Amino acid sequence: MKEMPEIDQEKCQGCGLCVDICTCGALALQDKTVVLQDSDKCGWCTLCELVCPYGAISCPFEIVIE
Amino acid sequence: MAVQIEFLKRLPYFAGLEAPVLESVRRYVFEKKADRGETLAFEGEPADVLYFVFSGVVKVFKTSADGKEQIFHIIRPGESFNDVPVLGGGVNPVSAEAMSTLLLNGIKKKDLETIVRENPQVAMNVIQVLSRRVQELIALVEDFSFRHVTSRVAKMLLEYADHRAGEGPRLTQQEMAAMIGTAREMVGRSLKNLENEGTIKMERNRIIIADQQALKHLAGVE
Repeated sequence: MKEMPEIDQEKCQGCGLCVDICTCGALALQDKTVVLQDSDKCGWCTLCELVCPYGAISCPFEIVIE
Repeated sequence: MAVQIEFLKRLPYFAGLEAPVLESVRRYVFEKKADRGETLAFEGEPADVLYFVFSGVVKVFKTSADGKEQIFHIIRPGESFNDVPVLGGGVNPVSAEAMSTLLLNGIKKKDLETIVRENPQVAMNVIQVLSRRVQELIALVEDFSFRHVTSRVAKMLLEYADHRAGEGPRLTQQEMAAMIGTAREMVGRSLKNLENEGTIKMERNRIIIADQQALKHLAGVE
């Protein structure tokens, strides 16, 4: 399964900024909570992590040598 | 899972100890589990337990009054944290947080002191561990003083890269920035530059080092 951004539901305040900025359409707001609605759409642009004022979304990278 | 002698034997603190001594050390050591995001030590608070990471990754950091985070060290399996307050007394100068699910081995301050008093080899080992910490902090000051951001990013990538996927720590751009003392945007820009030069490749949630030699040259670690 594709790796997805990690959402900390305890930190998420449901402001929806990440949904607004997500150009891939991978995030949605449901009952004032952010959910990943389509993992195939997520391009790991990390904009959601960048805009989240509460540090509730993280898009970690692994670093490997070719 | 019981505390393993094999694990203790590989720790710098207990290197070179005879089997019976290791066995007596094992009796003092206990296990602790933690989830990703859990705070394990708070800056400004006393610490009573020295922890060794058995599996998982811990970040050791300080937070400024305006919320900026500086990561001092990423603690990987076989490494320890809480050394300074446990060995030196006083409060913890840094905080520690689990970056993944963790299994820790802990030893209480008073038990460690008993072991040190009874085994001069452990005292020598502790001196070596603390000397290495000082060297790491000098290297960090050197990086901040003399390296530009792309060079710091290159050095950090080399330091945290693994040959096999799924083995090293997974870092957000915010964590990378906090580690090398810059803004997240600067990390993003540096990664983009390195990608344009062909030094790295960005594949979704993976940074692939394509030209290790060029990265070493940039980092000044040839």
